[in-house]
Amino acid sequence: MTKRLLQVLAGLGLMVGGPVLAAAELPADPLNSPAWSTIAGRYFKGQPVVFDARVKVIAPASAEDPLDVPVQISADGLADVQEMLVVADLNPIQKILSYEPLRAQPSLAFRFKVEQSTPVRVAARTRDGVWHLGGVWLSAAGGGCTTPSYGSADPVWQTRLNEVRGRLWPADDHSGQRLRLRVIHPMDTGLANGIPAFYIDRIVLSDSKGVMLARLNTFEPVAENPVLSFDLKGSGAVQVSGGDIQGNRFSAEITP
Amino acid sequence: MSWLRLLAALAAAGVSTLASATGFDYRLQPVPVADGVYTLIGKSENFSRDNGGNIVNTGFIIAPGGVIVIDSGPSKGYGEQQRAAIAKLTGKPVVQVLLTHAHPDHVLGSQAYPGVPVASLPATTTTLTQSGDALLGNLYRLVGDAMRDTEVRLPNAEAHDGAVTIAGRKLRLIAARGHTDADLMVFDETTRTLFAGDLVFFDRTPTTPNADIPAWLTTLDAIDALPFAALVPGHGPLLRDHAGIAQTRDYLRWLRDSLQGAARRGLDMPEVLQLPVPERFRHLAVLRTEYERSVSHLYPAYELDTLPTIPRSKPK
Repeated sequence: MTKRLLQVLAGLGLMVGGPVLAAAELPADPLNSPAWSTIAGRYFKGQPVVFDARVKVIAPASAEDPLDVPVQISADGLADVQEMLVVADLNPIQKILSYEPLRAQPSLAFRFKVEQSTPVRVAARTRDGVWHLGGVWLSAAGGGCTTPSYGSADPVWQTRLNEVRGRLWPADDHSGQRLRLRVIHPMDTGLANGIPAFYIDRIVLSDSKGVMLARLNTFEPVAENPVLSFDLKGSGAVQVSGGDIQGNRFSAEITP
Repeated sequence: MSWLRLLAALAAAGVSTLASATGFDYRLQPVPVADGVYTLIGKSENFSRDNGGNIVNTGFIIAPGGVIVIDSGPSKGYGEQQRAAIAKLTGKPVVQVLLTHAHPDHVLGSQAYPGVPVASLPATTTTLTQSGDALLGNLYRLVGDAMRDTEVRLPNAEAHDGAVTIAGRKLRLIAARGHTDADLMVFDETTRTLFAGDLVFFDRTPTTPNADIPAWLTTLDAIDALPFAALVPGHGPLLRDHAGIAQTRDYLRWLRDSLQGAARRGLDMPEVLQLPVPERFRHLAVLRTEYERSVSHLYPAYELDTLPTIPRSKPK
């Protein structure tokens, strides 16, 4: 009942106070996205938001393969990044991932499925609770989110589900090491006809003593057979563990 | 209302002067290659509304018994205007269309030749059967109205490697692979003209959506050994030497080594997209766009080679 009441109150707030607050507090969107107020209301409501040139999304101007768009996010020069949230404004499922770089650089590379041309944003939350935003427009022919995964049409993945490939590279500037991972998983969005959502929703990296290095929550738009690059601060073997929304779990140790 | 009628009359007059019912005038100008052999040189650009998809070289041979067309272009309108350009040079009918490979800019004009046999390598027909409508849809998106009424017309005859005589002309059909899994080249024995399809590019960056670089490099060596006097590349100006072969080889080798090297250094795709391209390739048309596309096509396989499979351990 309490939850229901809160929902009603929230709804009223949106209708009465929402637009006024948005006009007063939301900075203008440099990407001029038609969905900016929706995005701001959904993910940053009541929280301070600034656009910050140090927070970057690197992606091709145009998506050659809408099922597999490469993206790198970074917040170099921004201290104390607690969380990085990546959203694509005009995707049917906007939230792509959220990343906590506990003992890692505030940077991550991944690939995602795009449905149509859209802004791709990263929001980096610093310790003071401020969301620092950066982003780019991505042009796309689209259809990536509503296309069945290759895996859904090929029974081979069932025997290789959650198979992990990976390797560590020392960073060029000796600041730590890069971990690259590939996990076999269909990452079905649930938007293709007759194929339910089925995706990896969490990956945790730890060192050999069990100290957590980074935590990643992935959502439906992350590309099939996710390929990820993490920039970790320390050195040594990394324990990878993760799981999907149906309770399948995986674990692998990557040694230098 | 009279100004509306005036506008309608002006519009009607405008349409009647255009070469084709599609409304897009490709202004095709056959370039003589050798006696009875011509090519239509497209722009060294990407698909756009301004170029109507004409970024491709096609060709034709006026043989004793009729005309042999090599590639029908990107749209129905292009095919019709290609046919009209041929008719200005000869009264002979087109008796054969040969398609070099399954990319849309080379094959979507075939509707202009009803009743004429259209031949390709069997694997080309397979690809067009499976993906033709998707390729067509993409061109409608990129090119727009110049594509009007264009549909995929599947080949209805098979071409095979070897010597053939078509319409009284001795040709050598060469089945190869590399740019795609089925690339047909046409060598005219009479004039020693080689229609190389997209196995050779010149001053226009090669495209790789279905490329196999090792196979392509092997094929380029075979092309180098052919006794051609003229070479019509799939994209870029007509050649009478081996410069296009050397340039295509140089670029593909660099692309392979660069992507492989990046994968071995642990780079991810967004970083690879930003790598510089050497000075010697900077004059190639649409370089940055095609390089970025190639990273998307080719890098996943190179990076996977650098990532060993980790034995499963028990989840904690």
